[in-house]
Amino acid sequence: MIRVEGLTKRYPRTVAVDDISFTVGKGEIIGFLGPNGAGKTTTMRVLTCFLPPSAGMAEVAGFDVVKQPMEVKKRIGYLPETPPLYPEMEVREYLQFVGRLKQMSGASLAARIEEVGKRCHIDDVMPKLISKLSKGYRQRVGLAQAIIHNPEVLILDEPTSGLDPKQILETRSLIKELAGEHTIILSTHILPEVEQVCEKVIIINKGRVVATDSVSNLTSRLRGSDAVGVEVGGASQADVESALGAVAGVATVKSMGNKDGVVRFEVESRPGESIRPEIARSVVQAGWQLHELHSLSFSLEEIFLQLTSSDAAVAAPKGDAQ
Amino acid sequence: MNNVWVICRKELKSYFASPIAYGLMAFFALVSGYFFYAAVAIFVTRGMEMQMMGRGMPMDVNEWVVRPVLSNVSVIGLFMIPMITMRLFAEEKRSGTIELLVTSPVRDWEIILGKWFAALLMYAAILSVSLVNVSVLFAYGRPDWKPLLVGYLGLILQGGCLLALGTFLSTTTKNQIVAGAGTFAVCLMLWVISWLTEFNTESYAKVIGYLSVVTHFESFAKGVIDTKDLIFYFSMIFFGLFLSARSLESLRWRS
Repeated sequence: MIRVEGLTKRYPRTVAVDDISFTVGKGEIIGFLGPNGAGKTTTMRVLTCFLPPSAGMAEVAGFDVVKQPMEVKKRIGYLPETPPLYPEMEVREYLQFVGRLKQMSGASLAARIEEVGKRCHIDDVMPKLISKLSKGYRQRVGLAQAIIHNPEVLILDEPTSGLDPKQILETRSLIKELAGEHTIILSTHILPEVEQVCEKVIIINKGRVVATDSVSNLTSRLRGSDAVGVEVGGASQADVESALGAVAGVATVKSMGNKDGVVRFEVESRPGESIRPEIARSVVQAGWQLHELHSLSFSLEEIFLQLTSSDAAVAAPKGDAQ
Repeated sequence: MNNVWVICRKELKSYFASPIAYGLMAFFALVSGYFFYAAVAIFVTRGMEMQMMGRGMPMDVNEWVVRPVLSNVSVIGLFMIPMITMRLFAEEKRSGTIELLVTSPVRDWEIILGKWFAALLMYAAILSVSLVNVSVLFAYGRPDWKPLLVGYLGLILQGGCLLALGTFLSTTTKNQIVAGAGTFAVCLMLWVISWLTEFNTESYAKVIGYLSVVTHFESFAKGVIDTKDLIFYFSMIFFGLFLSARSLESLRWRS
């Protein structure tokens, strides 16, 4: 659906996007993840034909953004970082205007406005002036504007920025609902958002793609080994530590102190070994109480920091892939 | 063409959603009303003088009232045009709605033409307020309506040309005030440029004088349509809109 190859965008003094390539399949929902200023918005602007690339190419639904911008524009819905709203318009009037801009008219537009209004939960504010709406409603009107012409591709630039937690959850679930019908690219610097909403992640930093993978693959690939948190009651620190150390496949045991007679450890396995059942068995066999045994999964946050904070990190995923 | 109309309609609505349309109309009604009153007063006094001196020459209403009033109105236009065009693109750039327009399946020239056309209609709506004055003339006198019509056509053309330049200046900035002040400076310059060269007969002076929008209006005020003036206005309109298109395009390469 979307194909980007060697895309580069240079400005007089900086390179905003440097030779990035990726593809997005039909119906996929991908997260475009990166710190502020990484080049997310620039890439999205190229895809929406707002900015021309300096080098490389981008294709949406088989149409080149430079050579056939009109065809591309017909097929995308775009929600910029600040929703493009006219405060002096009423919501319905605004959606009518956008619909007409996207070549819709008459009864089909009127029906679509009602449909989109219900979809985005803005049907109760339709006759209101946009200037009177709260931030959350504005964002939803922005989203409604992006999907009004039922585009094949939906490009959302930080759709949840500036919303309160409840609104964030609502927006996310709305985006998830939309995923079936549209191919969605979503940019964000909020990591849980990607974990919750997206199937695939493209991590970008300083204008370069540092990782592209599914969320689960990315987690396991960077982790390599399994980490487990263990809490045991009714035993001394040293006893438990040596017992855990004796379990097959355990690489390291790190004590995390104790609290109310419960001792806590973080145990890391050797790569590829599953140690949780064995840990449980050895604790129970020794006659201690197993309070808790949980997987310390590598959060996307850590991956992100690892990938974006040091130069060595850029090489790491490549090494893993070999 | 449909897109031009969609944009034009939206612009017109936003003019009338803000106080600017009503403010300008009120301002224009007041100032043009004053000039009209002054012209009529002069006309009446001169008419009485003529009669008292025993020279019963008929005085032409068009010559004594319509023409000076139209000339004055064309100058008032110079002051109103910046107010009409300043927000056209500057506001869209500031609020980010320009992204919606240029990522929609609409061509740049359709956006520009739609906005310019809306500005022109707004200007025409403001001018139409002065029809109240004109109707008074028709109620109490017998002015010739043809030169009057030509005069209004001239006002619209002059407005169209300055509005096109204003549209261009609005594409160059995010700040409405800057756009407005710039447009005002250009309007003023195109007006006063003829003062400097009026009594100069050298060829460069003629060229400079030719650029003055107001001198081209003079023949319209007399009720004369001259192709020279029509060509000047149409080419200025085209020039302004062309610059706007280039400027809008450059927005993509620069931003």
